[in-house]
Amino acid sequence: MDLTAFLIQVLNGVQYGFLLFLVASGLTLIFGIMGIINLAHGAFFMIGAYLAYSLTALVGNFFVAVLLGVFVMVAVGYLIERFAISFLYRRDHLYQVLLTYGLILVFNELQKIIWGTDFHSVPVPALLAGSVPLGSTQSYPIYRFFISLVCLAIAAGMYLVIARTRLGMMIRAGAWDREVVQTLGINIGRLFAIVFSLGAALAAFAGMIGAPVSSVYPGMGDQVLIISFVVVVIGGIGSVKGAFIGAMLIGLGDTFGKVLVPNLASFVVYALMAAVLLWRPQGLFGRGT
Amino acid sequence: MAEPVLVTEALTKEFGGLVAVDQVSLDFATGAVHAVIGPNGAGKTTLINLLSGELRPSSGRIHFQGREITGAPSNRIARLGVGRSYQKTNIFPEFSCLQNCWIGAQARLPTSMRFFRAARRYRAVAERAERALAQCELAHRKDVPAAEISYGEQRQLEIGMMLATEPTLLLLDEPLAGMGSDESARVIDLLRRLAKDHSLILIEHDLDAVFAIADTITVMVNGEVLETGPPSQIRTSAAVRESYIGEGDTS
Amino acid sequence: MSARSESRLVSRPLVGLLGLAVVGFAIFPWLGGQYYVDLLMRVMILGIFAMSLDLLIGYTGLISFGHAAFFGLTGYVLVMVTPETGSISVWLALPACLIAAALVAAVIGWMSIRTSGIYFIMLTLALAQMLYYFFNDSTKYGGSDGTFIASRPSVSIGSLRLLDLGDRLTLYYVVLASMVGTFLLLMVLLRAPFGQVIQAIRANEARTRALGFAVQHYKLASFVIAGALAGFAGFLEATHTGIISPAHLSWHESGLVMIMVILGGMGTIYGAVLGAFILVFLQEFLQDMTEHWQLALGLIIIAVVLLLPKGVAGLPKQLAGTVGGRRQSRDAASVVEANDG
Repeated sequence: MDLTAFLIQVLNGVQYGFLLFLVASGLTLIFGIMGIINLAHGAFFMIGAYLAYSLTALVGNFFVAVLLGVFVMVAVGYLIERFAISFLYRRDHLYQVLLTYGLILVFNELQKIIWGTDFHSVPVPALLAGSVPLGSTQSYPIYRFFISLVCLAIAAGMYLVIARTRLGMMIRAGAWDREVVQTLGINIGRLFAIVFSLGAALAAFAGMIGAPVSSVYPGMGDQVLIISFVVVVIGGIGSVKGAFIGAMLIGLGDTFGKVLVPNLASFVVYALMAAVLLWRPQGLFGRGT
Repeated sequence: MAEPVLVTEALTKEFGGLVAVDQVSLDFATGAVHAVIGPNGAGKTTLINLLSGELRPSSGRIHFQGREITGAPSNRIARLGVGRSYQKTNIFPEFSCLQNCWIGAQARLPTSMRFFRAARRYRAVAERAERALAQCELAHRKDVPAAEISYGEQRQLEIGMMLATEPTLLLLDEPLAGMGSDESARVIDLLRRLAKDHSLILIEHDLDAVFAIADTITVMVNGEVLETGPPSQIRTSAAVRESYIGEGDTS
Repeated sequence: MSARSESRLVSRPLVGLLGLAVVGFAIFPWLGGQYYVDLLMRVMILGIFAMSLDLLIGYTGLISFGHAAFFGLTGYVLVMVTPETGSISVWLALPACLIAAALVAAVIGWMSIRTSGIYFIMLTLALAQMLYYFFNDSTKYGGSDGTFIASRPSVSIGSLRLLDLGDRLTLYYVVLASMVGTFLLLMVLLRAPFGQVIQAIRANEARTRALGFAVQHYKLASFVIAGALAGFAGFLEATHTGIISPAHLSWHESGLVMIMVILGGMGTIYGAVLGAFILVFLQEFLQDMTEHWQLALGLIIIAVVLLLPKGVAGLPKQLAGTVGGRRQSRDAASVVEANDG
C-alpha cells in the first residue's frame, strides 16, 4: 500500500471513528450516569439517518434538515426517557436489556412502516460536494473532512462542557458515583432526562451527517449498536475519553481490517475488544464494576 | 497458647493517597478474645478486610497459624479456618435461616462440584448447619426466610453463617451494631461461649461489652496502632483517653 | 430438614400440572395436524434452549446476551461432521456437538466471567457476534444464507436401525423425551451441592466467596453446562429443520430466548418452556394478523417488562402479593427440600 492509499485509509478510519465516538459517548454516559443499558441507541442513529433523508427532501437544505433533526431527536429522546426508560432505574440490568430490545423491534418496524424497505441515499450538500487532491493520483471528498471536523468540534465542545460547566460537573460526579450525586441534592430526574436526550441527539446527529457517505437502510442501527458497545467496553463505562480512544481504535482497526484482511474484517473488531478486556477487564479508563 | 493464631507484620493499605491502615504489626494470641477499638475512620474495618482477604494489602504480611496468607483470596483464607461476620448484615435474604447456614456448612466439603446426589443427603453438612443455627439460637426460626426475621435475629444469623464453616479464628465486625441491651447481652453471652474454643478478633464500639469479654485490646487511630494491652491497661491509659476525647459515648 | 409447605419449587400440585403438560405434549400428535406438530417441536426445542439460559439468568445470576452462539454453533458442527452421502451416526454426531459447544462455552465463559455487570452482558454479546460473523462472512458454509444438512444422523447399533430421525413422529417423541430429560437433569443439578452454590452466588456473591467458595469456578461450570445444553437444543433444531444459518447465532436469537425466560418466569426452569410456548404461539398469531408483527411483539415485550416482571409463572404470586414484596419469589431452600416423590 503506498503512502497516499495509506493516508486515505487513515482518514477514513478517523472519520468512521469520529462517528462512532458520537454514538458511543452518549451510550457510555447513559450507562455510567444513569446505569441504563440502552440497546435502542442504535435505533437513534438509524432514526437520524432517515430524518436526514426525509427532512432534506422536505426542506431542500441539508444543514437546515440536520438542525431540525436534532431538535426532533432531543424531543423524542426526552419522551422515551420519561415514558419508558424512567421505569428502569431501580431495576435489574436484565429488564433494561429486554425493554430496550423491545424498543428496537418497535423502532425497526416503525421505520419500515414509515419509510419502507428500500435503500435510500442522501445527497451530499452542494457546498461540500467537491474533492481535495491527495498525492498525484488520488483525491479525498471534502464532505468526509467536514464530518471529521464537525465531530472534532463536538468532541471539543463536550470536553468543555464536561470539564468546565456545572452540568459537566454533575455528569462527572454521576458517572463516578450515582448515589453521591443524589445525596448532593441534585435533581436526578432532570439530570437523567438531559443526559438521555443529549445522548439520543448525538447518536441521531451521527446518523444524519453520516448519511451522505453511506446508504440509509433498514436495520442499520443494529450494526452500529454492537460496534458502539464494543467501543464503550474498550473505553470503559462512563468515560468519554475512553469512548474517544476506543472509537478511534475501532474506527481504524475496522477500516484497515477491511482492506488488509477482508474475510476477517468483523472478526478484527471483536478480537481487539477481547484483547483489551483480557488485559483490563474494566476497559481502558473504566472504574471497575 | 504458645504460637499466636494470627500475626501481621507492618501491614499497610493505601487507597490512592489515603493510608487507611498504616504499618500495623500485631500478634493475636490463640484462644484469646482480642478487641480492636478506636474512633470512626481509624481503619478497623479495613484491617479486618485485609485479614479476611477481601482486600489485598499494599505492603506488609499476614500469617495465620504460622502460614503466610498475604494476598490470598477470601475464599482460600476462609477454607483455612478463618470466619468473618459483617458490620452491615450480609446474609442471603431470600433463603431460610437454615439455608443461610447450609451454604457455610457445605463449604467444609472438599468440593461442591457435586452434581447428582441431592445436597440434603449430605448428613454431615446438615448436622453442621443445624449445629450452627442452634449455636446462634435461631433453631426455632429455621424455615423462616431470613428477610422476615428481626434485625437482632439477623445479626445472630450473621454469626451463625460464619460458625457453619467451623472456623478456628473468628473475625467479628461490630457484632453488636444497632442492638438494644437485651439483644446485646445475648450476643455477648454467645461470644463468651465461643471464646472457649475459638480465637476471636473483635471490632466493637460498645466499650462496656469490649471491656467485659476482651483479653487484649488494641486501640487504633488514623490507621495506626496506638496501644495494645489488657483491659486494665487500656482503661487507664492517658493516650487512649485523649484519642477518644470528642467521641463521647460510643456505644 | 423439615418440609416447608408453601412455595416449593416442585410442589405436589405443580408436579401434577407439569405431568399433565407432558401428557398433553405426548398425545398431541394424534390430535393435531402436521403443521402444529412441527410447531410444538419448535416450542420444545426452544424450551430446552430457554431452560439452559434460565440456569444462567435465573439461578446463577449471569446475564448472558450471547447464548445463541451455542445454539447455532452445533448446527454448523453437524454440517461439518455429516458426510455428503450416507449419514453420520448419532453416537458420533451428538457428542461432537456437545463437546464443541462445551469447549466454546468454556472459552467464552472464561473470558467473560472475569468481568461482571454490564461488562459481562456486553462481552457475551460481542463474543457471540464474533462467532456470528465468523460463519456469516465465511464462504465455506453458505455465508449469510446458511446451508442445508445433507442427512439426519442415524440412530443404530451396528446394522440395526433403532430410530429414524427423519420420521416426524419419531423425532417428536425424541424431542419430547429430551425436553423432559433436560428438565429433570436441571432439577437434579439444582438440588445438588453445585446447585446450592450457584444459587447462593446469585443471592449474595461476595458472601458466598467469603464463606470459602471459588465463585469463578462455579460460574464457569454453570456457563459451560448451560452452553452444552443450548448446543443440545441446537443439535435438535438442525436435525429437525435440516438447515443452519448464521441467524441462529444472531443476537436477535439471544434476545428472543431471554424474553422467553422472562415471559415464562425466570428462576423456575419450567417457566422457560412456558415462555417458549407463549412466544412461539404469539409469533404465529401476530404473523397471521399483520406483516408488522414485530412491532406488536416489541410492544408486548415492553409491557411484560413493565407489568409482569415475574413472568407468567409468577403471576399468581404477583396477584396475591408476596410477603416482602419486591424480592424474587423463588425460595432456594425449597429446592433442597424438594419433594421426595
